[in-house]
Amino acid sequence: MIKLEKRPQPSRLWTYLAPLLAVVLTMIVGGILFSILGANPVEAIRTIFWDPLFNPQFAGYSRPQLLVKAGPLILIAIGLSIGFRAGIWNIGAEGQYIMGAICGAAAGLALYPSESVLIFPLMIVAGALGGWAWAMIPAVLKTRFGTNEILVSLMLVYVAENILASVSSGLLRNPDGMGFPGSRNFKQWEAGHNAELIANTGMHWGVVFAFIAVIGAYVMLTRHITGFHIRLTGEAPKAARFAGVNPARIVFLCLGLAGALAGLAGLFEVSGPAGQITIDFNSGYGFTAIIVAFLGRLHPVGILLAGLLMALTYIGGELAQLMLGVPGASIQLFQGMLLFFLLGVDVFTNYRIRIGTREVA
Amino acid sequence: MDLGAINPILLIASIMVSATPILLAAIGEMVVEKSGVLNLGVEGMMITGAVVAFAVAVNTGSPLLGFAAGAVGAAALSLSFGILTQLLMSNQVATGLGLTLVGLGLSSLIGKPYEGVKAPSLPRLDIPVLSDLPVVGRMLFSHDIMVYLSLLLVVAVWAFLKFTRAGLILRAVGESHDSAHALGYKVVRVRLLAILFGGACAGLGGAYLSLVRVPQWTEGITAGAGWIALAIVVFASWRAGRVAVGAYLFGGITVLQLNLQAAGAQVPVALLSASPYVITILVLVIISARGMHGAPASLGRSFHASN
Repeated sequence: MIKLEKRPQPSRLWTYLAPLLAVVLTMIVGGILFSILGANPVEAIRTIFWDPLFNPQFAGYSRPQLLVKAGPLILIAIGLSIGFRAGIWNIGAEGQYIMGAICGAAAGLALYPSESVLIFPLMIVAGALGGWAWAMIPAVLKTRFGTNEILVSLMLVYVAENILASVSSGLLRNPDGMGFPGSRNFKQWEAGHNAELIANTGMHWGVVFAFIAVIGAYVMLTRHITGFHIRLTGEAPKAARFAGVNPARIVFLCLGLAGALAGLAGLFEVSGPAGQITIDFNSGYGFTAIIVAFLGRLHPVGILLAGLLMALTYIGGELAQLMLGVPGASIQLFQGMLLFFLLGVDVFTNYRIRIGTREVA
Repeated sequence: MDLGAINPILLIASIMVSATPILLAAIGEMVVEKSGVLNLGVEGMMITGAVVAFAVAVNTGSPLLGFAAGAVGAAALSLSFGILTQLLMSNQVATGLGLTLVGLGLSSLIGKPYEGVKAPSLPRLDIPVLSDLPVVGRMLFSHDIMVYLSLLLVVAVWAFLKFTRAGLILRAVGESHDSAHALGYKVVRVRLLAILFGGACAGLGGAYLSLVRVPQWTEGITAGAGWIALAIVVFASWRAGRVAVGAYLFGGITVLQLNLQAAGAQVPVALLSASPYVITILVLVIISARGMHGAPASLGRSFHASN
């Protein structure tokens, strides 16, 4: 008989091994999925994970895309992971991302066509504030009324999408756009453009901020009392209260930080790779970032690696769509499966398997 | 704006149609939560049910077979959540989110060939005498069988939880899984069954969306209906009757805002379209301000029988 036995301490080995095993399992099951869809499984997996980086035919285009896609994912996931550590489930990052983009873009476009160097910094601040303010709604409701932040933050995603639809064909519509929906293109306005910093690397300001966020989160979680309070609140809420940690402060901090980072990600995306506010410029990064946060074990360095891996599946997925005719939705399923396998394999971190009946001591 | 264009009889009738998918999903989720499991994957199960039901209904020409397939498909998907959370003790919040992501991906994968296809329609159920009543007949008794089935299901769940021994065990497991285990009840088995039931109900709800309410397959067809079902369970304080009230209130808001849009109300469209979500938030705030009455005590906690 197979039994699970709780480990006295989470296994360190399995903490590192679980994500790797989950990736391998996803590749195997993903391969089966691709072969059902009529593609050669080995070729499909190679196209997703290997070709974007090393195939000379595609690498020139794909490699820079890695940072472009990983930047927002890491930025959002870092913010989410801090909340998840404290047991605060903000799953509305997509909405905060949209609101950050709208506020940042609006702040910049209000000053069009000024060429001042202060425009872009102003947009960054406005983007962070937009995301922060959107995340403050669930924070205030949770601390003031005890409302569930999961449902509120998620509902606000749909509200944000409606606002996006409204402003992209109304308030922020390009006045020179001949009536087409969508704002002015930031790529054609130097003062507001989040341009590539080093040519052909995909490095833009959003990626710089993502790296800063990784370092900042690492220092806060491991070296600073606030990080300790956050972890304590998540692991032992009662102990945290006895230790004098103010739970409301933690809620505001975690949601605010996650909102601001998601807002930043939105602003950098809209002023750079996306170029303009359109009704569907958001591509679900806010939800994929949840997978990134868990795959990275809610640890800043892990999230950095997980963000790069997830970016690779986006790029490789597009490539597989193009080269092998694999449907785009299968990549979404692939990413979801990754989270599922990780959660399943994770049982070995906290439990060990015992075969046969245990003798009574 | 022309309020006269809104026909009250049709309004009530369409409220019943628009409330049914959420009602089905919410009553299933309520049973799941009563057993102490928080399954946040309702949205994913609903959309999977929607696409499976649509595909089967189109291929067989029978909407009823479609409904059955939708329920089975979503229940099968919910089993993955059950295995992860009950047997492998994974975090319920994270797994539920994962279930939604998997369901969304899976559904758009299955649904691609069915975009723009028309589904066979579910016939109206004519009830002798009642359907022929003036006004009331058109309003309440001219629907398809699923509308009545969903209401019957609410009554059945209420009776099951209140009067049967199995219902009592389910509630005991949800209130205190350790005590239930000590009494010899199979906590994991009870919860797995509840999860399957919740999955099947969410699948029926999704099937109603794609086969009756819309009736078409489009990507992201649920548009948050699963999350609203979750909110309605909280709103209902985990009581079957109030789940029905919540679902109908919500259906009312959705239909009313659509009617207002059609009547050309002087309110921005974005505000009207967002109103169901905003009102859900407001309702959640009002409910939570009064305190969380009736939440099962073991809700969301993993159970592991350590010897």
